[in-house]
Amino acid sequence: MEFTEDQLQRYSRHIILPEVGGKGQKKILHSKVLIIGAGGLGCPVGYYLAAAGVGTIGMVDNDSVELSNLQRQIAHNTDRLGMLKVDSAKATFEALNPDAKVVGIKERLNKDNIMDFMKDYDIVVDGSDNFPTRYLVNDACVMLRKPLVSGAILRFEGQVTTIVPGEGHCYRCLFEEMPPAGLVPSCQEAGVIGAIPGVVGSLQAIEVFKLILGKGDVLKNTLLIYDALKTTFRRVKVPKNPVCPVCGDNPTITELQDYEAGYCRI
Amino acid sequence: MEDIKIDKKINIKGLVCPYTFVKAKLAVEDLEVGQTLEILLDYEEASRSIPKSMEDHGQRVLKVEKINDTDWIIQLRKEKE
Repeated sequence: MEFTEDQLQRYSRHIILPEVGGKGQKKILHSKVLIIGAGGLGCPVGYYLAAAGVGTIGMVDNDSVELSNLQRQIAHNTDRLGMLKVDSAKATFEALNPDAKVVGIKERLNKDNIMDFMKDYDIVVDGSDNFPTRYLVNDACVMLRKPLVSGAILRFEGQVTTIVPGEGHCYRCLFEEMPPAGLVPSCQEAGVIGAIPGVVGSLQAIEVFKLILGKGDVLKNTLLIYDALKTTFRRVKVPKNPVCPVCGDNPTITELQDYEAGYCRI
Repeated sequence: MEDIKIDKKINIKGLVCPYTFVKAKLAVEDLEVGQTLEILLDYEEASRSIPKSMEDHGQRVLKVEKINDTDWIIQLRKEKE
């Protein structure tokens, strides 16, 4: 394909980067990325992927826009209260860039539908707000060998890690089992400062671009922790666990399972 | 002086930065390593910035010449992908 004049202008700041160029921009235009959740993290991730011209952006979410979302979920707005989040995000992203096709998936993920949703995408981004989904997405990505850029936020903290199945760690190498419900913050403890998902979602978007372009070092075998109160980034090494129940040498989890969600959803 | 064999020519007169470099860079991407490109331009700043950026990107600048009151040509060889 040749760039149109509009595309040359729209993507000029990418094309002039040695790491991107015309070839890299074409890779971005042909890439397909699935985002789990159209909330705090899904909004900035989708926004930057759309702006960059990612050709197909899938978004999975079955919630509608609520007033309490708007302090941080920047793809939605006050006129869209009650609208499905995936429809709101699609309207925002496609208005930003007609090159980006947004596919809204208005479902809640479970063990029976997740593989089907993921199969057509190159990269998965987890911006979910609960542990059952986080583990389900991890296990499905390991089984399908799809790269996964996982993000999490709470209060003034954020975490990002990139899982490249077959090459590095997975989420279960880091936290083998889901934490018991009592250890997870309850609803009244689970505040988040509005710009935290912007920082973490932007980091996730950058990880996606590096995966698409094959440039730089992604957060493989590494957990990045951002502490906004102290203004620090900490990198924690996460070795691949050879006896990991899902990505280890002799996995014990070979089929997907649904977990009980006894948690507050943030 | 020996003439350089030119494999591809582009005319980017009328363009300003950064589109001068965008067009030049895309033209280089289309070349095979070892092939040469001649760029005709009329934006003075780009007559300095394109050669510098191309060298930063690992390409070889063969010639930069002001050919009349308004225009320059830059000749370069692709050294790396």
